[in-house]
Amino acid sequence: MEDEAIHDLTPAYALDALDPEDEERYEAHLATCERCREELAGFREPVAMLAFGVESPAPPPELRSRILDAARAERSNVVPIRRRLPIALGAAAAVAATVAIALGLWAASVSSDLDRERSLLAILADPEAKSIPLEGANGRVVVTDTGEAALVVSGLPTAPEGKTYELWVAKNGEMLPAGVFDAKRERDVVRLTRPVPPGSGVVVTVEDDGGTNVPTGDPIFTAGI
Amino acid sequence: MTATVTLLPWVVLAPPRSRHVPPDVAHPSDEALIARAAEGDETALAALYDRYALVAYGLALRVLRDAALAEDAVQEAFLAVWRSAHRYIPERSKPSTWILTFVHRRAVDLVRHEERRRADPLTDVEAVLGGMVDEDAWRRLERERVQTALRKLPDHQRESIELAYYGGFTQSELAERLGQPLGTIKSRMFTGLERLRELLTEPDHDGEGWKTKRSTT
Repeated sequence: MEDEAIHDLTPAYALDALDPEDEERYEAHLATCERCREELAGFREPVAMLAFGVESPAPPPELRSRILDAARAERSNVVPIRRRLPIALGAAAAVAATVAIALGLWAASVSSDLDRERSLLAILADPEAKSIPLEGANGRVVVTDTGEAALVVSGLPTAPEGKTYELWVAKNGEMLPAGVFDAKRERDVVRLTRPVPPGSGVVVTVEDDGGTNVPTGDPIFTAGI
Repeated sequence: MTATVTLLPWVVLAPPRSRHVPPDVAHPSDEALIARAAEGDETALAALYDRYALVAYGLALRVLRDAALAEDAVQEAFLAVWRSAHRYIPERSKPSTWILTFVHRRAVDLVRHEERRRADPLTDVEAVLGGMVDEDAWRRLERERVQTALRKLPDHQRESIELAYYGGFTQSELAERLGQPLGTIKSRMFTGLERLRELLTEPDHDGEGWKTKRSTT
């Protein structure tokens, strides 16, 4: 699925110099490529040291208080996350974070919704997760042993006007909705909104915007868990 | 500007001593500060800011060439540090690497979002930056060390790395700008970063660099 040339993107990724579509492709690739992870880890520090090569005037003094005020306002978002986690989940999250950082993915998450990104990363970076290839499309479903799942799919046409792709978890003849996505990008990485138990399947159909509770479209692609 | 900023930033911006900080952690490591930030201790974030604001702002300004945007980038980066502190793993990266990666990322995001046309970072830098502050000796030495390492790269490698990192250009923008095949740009970045790693993060590899550093103290 991945072309050899993707390994060559590591230096540019370390320098934040990839074009957006390459960046998405590379980040998905990192999850599966030990060689790139190691190479990237080796470039991080020399790249960051370039920051020390710049002469600088002092930032305006009010910037400090502005940052601290904003941080204080956000504190309610920071403390509870940590305290709320049961210990076991906290440990799992720490392991996932370790791996995510090893993947070099934390830099990417700066610019996106952190919570969404974090849970996606935790799944993609989980070393115990199973990676099941899709049937009918290019990509895979990654499922952790707790059933948390993420879909990585590339090359899908954008959903038609007024339509959306909808994910389903199929189990015992039942189809349960598990989220929607629009495939506006070359590669989509989507977190499933419900767990995917062993013996179930993941199915994607095209539905009306907003999704439905019962599938009406034909399966576009599937994965058997 | 020059007249008003000729003070050590650490002194000007020194945080008020917090009653939350017991005396035995009055000079905590960066790692300890990040751990405290993860617990929601904003005095730890303030201390990290005081240590890295100057280099962070300098980097953001270099990439963005606009004081207001540079402030935005620094603010967003430190807030990202605040939000992500619980995910920091000391074994994986140095605190400075971790923090400055956020700063660079935000600066590059902003420069592309603004679609500002960036001037050539190889020239005219002084004019943009204006007056310099008096730096502490460590900061000056560190800067000289990085600049010396960059100067040791072959011109083409240095050009690609500087335009990418300081200029915020993507590799395909670079290929177009420099009139080179994309593969050439990639290989210049790769070879250049390999060499920089030797020069900057494996000091024993390059005894001369350390001699130079010592002789300037």
